[in-house]
Amino acid sequence: MLQENPSDLCFILSGVLFTIGAVGAILRRNVIVVFMCIELMLNAVNLVFIAAASALSSMDGSIFVFFIMTVAAVEAAVGLAIFVMVFRLQDTVNADEMNLLKG
Amino acid sequence: MADYIWLIPFFPAAGFIINSAIGSRASKTSVAWVACLALFLAFLSSAAVFYEFLQLPATARVFEKDIYTWIASGELNVNIGFRLDALSVIMCLVVTGVGFLIHVYSVGYMHGDPGFKRFFIYLNLFVFMMLLLVTGNSLPLMFVGWEGVGLCSYLLIGYWYEKDSAADAGKKAFIVNRVGDFGFLIGVFFLFISLGAQGVWTLNIAEIGQNAHLLNGAVVTVITLLLFVGAVGKSAQIPLYVWLPDAMEGPTPVSSLIHAATMVTAGVYMIARLNFLYSMAPDTLYVIAVIGVLTAFFAASIGFAQYDIKKVLAYSTISQLGFMFVAMGVGAYAAGIFHLMTHAFFKGLLFLGAGSVMHAMSGELDLRKMGGLRKKTPITYWTFFIACLAIAGIPGFSGFFSKDEILWKAFSSSHGDVWIWLLGAATAGMTAFYMFRLFFGTFHGECRASEEVKHHIHESPRVMTIPLMILAFLSLVGGYVGIPHLLGGENAIEKFLAPVFGPEAPMKTALNFDIVRSAWASSGAAGHDGSLELALMVASVLIALLGITLAYIFYIKNPSLPQRFIERYAGLFRWVHNKYFVDEFYDFIFVRGLLKLGGILLKVADGWIIEGAVNGTAAVVKRAGDRLRKMETGYVQEYAFAIIVGAIIVVGYLVVRPIF
Amino acid sequence: MDMVSFKGIVFIVSALVAVASSLLMVTRKNPIHSALWMIVTFFAMAVIYLLLNAQFIAVAQVMVYAGAIMMLILFVIMMVHMEKGGESDAGKPRRSAKTRIAWALITVVLLGEILLGALFYQMTGQGGEYSVEVVNRVGHVKTVGALLYGQYLFPFEIASILLLVGIVGAVVITKRK
Repeated sequence: MLQENPSDLCFILSGVLFTIGAVGAILRRNVIVVFMCIELMLNAVNLVFIAAASALSSMDGSIFVFFIMTVAAVEAAVGLAIFVMVFRLQDTVNADEMNLLKG
Repeated sequence: MADYIWLIPFFPAAGFIINSAIGSRASKTSVAWVACLALFLAFLSSAAVFYEFLQLPATARVFEKDIYTWIASGELNVNIGFRLDALSVIMCLVVTGVGFLIHVYSVGYMHGDPGFKRFFIYLNLFVFMMLLLVTGNSLPLMFVGWEGVGLCSYLLIGYWYEKDSAADAGKKAFIVNRVGDFGFLIGVFFLFISLGAQGVWTLNIAEIGQNAHLLNGAVVTVITLLLFVGAVGKSAQIPLYVWLPDAMEGPTPVSSLIHAATMVTAGVYMIARLNFLYSMAPDTLYVIAVIGVLTAFFAASIGFAQYDIKKVLAYSTISQLGFMFVAMGVGAYAAGIFHLMTHAFFKGLLFLGAGSVMHAMSGELDLRKMGGLRKKTPITYWTFFIACLAIAGIPGFSGFFSKDEILWKAFSSSHGDVWIWLLGAATAGMTAFYMFRLFFGTFHGECRASEEVKHHIHESPRVMTIPLMILAFLSLVGGYVGIPHLLGGENAIEKFLAPVFGPEAPMKTALNFDIVRSAWASSGAAGHDGSLELALMVASVLIALLGITLAYIFYIKNPSLPQRFIERYAGLFRWVHNKYFVDEFYDFIFVRGLLKLGGILLKVADGWIIEGAVNGTAAVVKRAGDRLRKMETGYVQEYAFAIIVGAIIVVGYLVVRPIF
Repeated sequence: MDMVSFKGIVFIVSALVAVASSLLMVTRKNPIHSALWMIVTFFAMAVIYLLLNAQFIAVAQVMVYAGAIMMLILFVIMMVHMEKGGESDAGKPRRSAKTRIAWALITVVLLGEILLGALFYQMTGQGGEYSVEVVNRVGHVKTVGALLYGQYLFPFEIASILLLVGIVGAVVITKRK
């Protein structure tokens, strides 16, 4: 079970982390925690990329993860800016109280 | 020159572009110079081509040059290319030559008009489009020119757009022409697909000519009839002639250039261009001849009872166009083109003369308020006189040769008929009568204008009279290029055009000579064909002289006679004076009818069907939206939940599928 | 203790830490606690990246995620939750038993599917040229750098523009009117 290249285990770990992130993103009400859950999901995906790249002796996984991190950073900056604004305007960061999109 | 034939339409186009670009800043003089110079250069290029043609053997007189691939789509390939042969070079010479003279004339005529620059921009555009029409080597390009001249005609008829009548006349011309153009376009489509069905996909006129034999007779008849509908509209024949008299609302040089000399002859040109198709369809030819001669006759009869000098000339134009169509219809294409040319000279001159008269009379158009202009406007008088003699068909003048050629062909050609000749000869007499009625009424007798107008009467400036004199000269000698063999000539124009029109339609084998023979037996003229031709010639000249004499009796000798005549036949006069109420009839049937049909369609097709469909769709969507919007709670996490469920389904499918 | 089992043990430990800390992150009521547990998760994952011979990514993980992003999140939490503390989830009606079961089911199904996929399928991708030996000889950072500034130069520049846009966007959004 404990091979030189633990990519299968990495995939399992990644699946577990992804599930935790997805369920947390839906169930938690605090948007900042939701945001963290999304980051966790992104990390889970990163892990798959790295593991697969490592197993395939490829470098593309690292490159891809690098770009995902870039996007995550931008997302964090803009997303958190939006949260700050929402909090200023609505005095809450509770996802249940934000429904301006209601049709 | 062969590689540079595109220069001919290029010059007016350049004039148009230059004047459009700088027109607002340039002075009137420079605009006029640019416009006239463009025409003059185009005329020089045409003349150069003509001169080169004369050096070449008859069969080599074709210049064709493609300059640009316009449409290339599957089987459909159309090039922008020009083709000059004997026919189009004559048309080019007429268009640019007469056009140039009219441009020069307009410089004087339009001098005080605030839209001077706009006028010359339109005129140059018109000449460009007309040259495109006559030099284009494919039907689509010809159609571009065809529509382009229609557009310019519309713009120039409605040139004084602030006048309701001018704006309406422009619209009328445009809409009536649309009816004809529709037929023309359908004809082109039909021609294209019928040739395509034979494996030849082409719209190039020369290639159509080479492959025309692949088509069968009935198809050609339909195609030619449809194309003829276009010619009927453009060249103002029954039943689509109604726009031309109204088109006289435009400035007189426009009437002269567009509605007498060039554009209205486009239909004649088109038939002559496609003569290989028309020669294959004797039924169409007969229709053309009948419509032509009926138009000639009816338009001439309306000309009797008009007081507006431009209206008289308009009906005269329709009538003369009818003559050209008779020529086309009896297969005498060369005679038709010959008449087209001489008509451009003398009718252009008549209109310019009428413009000069208007200039002298402070814009007066009513024949009843004129008279006695002979002394005050001698140049206009003499040039007008020559034009009247030419149109009346007095021997020695250009109109005589061309008209007589047509009448003789109408009689003798295998497509012709005696009654066509009879009606044509009668029309010739009527033409002589109403033209001299106009002439005497304008220039002879007492001046019936008001004192103020009388005081102003003066001869036009030289920039106007010199074109008049040149055109008068052409009206005088223009016919000598087509002196028939009978009179010792060699009919040069027919010989020149022969490569385009192929062998002439055969003469009737057993002419309906018997009637004529018996009629002319007493005068000893019956015998071989030559003397018959001579006899017919003499007859038509006599008829023309009779018309002139009658006009002289009515309007000079005995000026009270017309009034008595009118009172005697008041009903008839009113009928003819009101143009047989054709406009009212069209108004009742087509305009009102279409309006009513439009009203019904508005209510049924638009109101119920289309709006019903549109509003129904909207209502369905709205109702669906009302239901579906309940799903949009606005909570981000519910959307995320939906995404996750979707992901579960998709991933589930992907994971489970290979297992089973 | 040979290398294989040592690496294996390190992997097992970091994986367990990552799962446990992420579970704690999701379940803590106070978002500051969540954020701190999140940092632990990121560190655990950085260790795993190291085990997978991705040194550059491991360092970037620590710097970008555990450093920059989590710092930002902590700042925002502090700004936003000044007086309300972390109890924003409190005061809501508890979910009914039915919903909980449904959620548990969904969680299990999702996890099951992913694990099924991970366990059942073999990687079929084609092996590349960057084997462990090559990367170790040249160095991971250098390899990634050569790729980023060579083959992936254009996406790399685009990414920099994206970052710039993000910075400007964040400034514009939070600017007081």
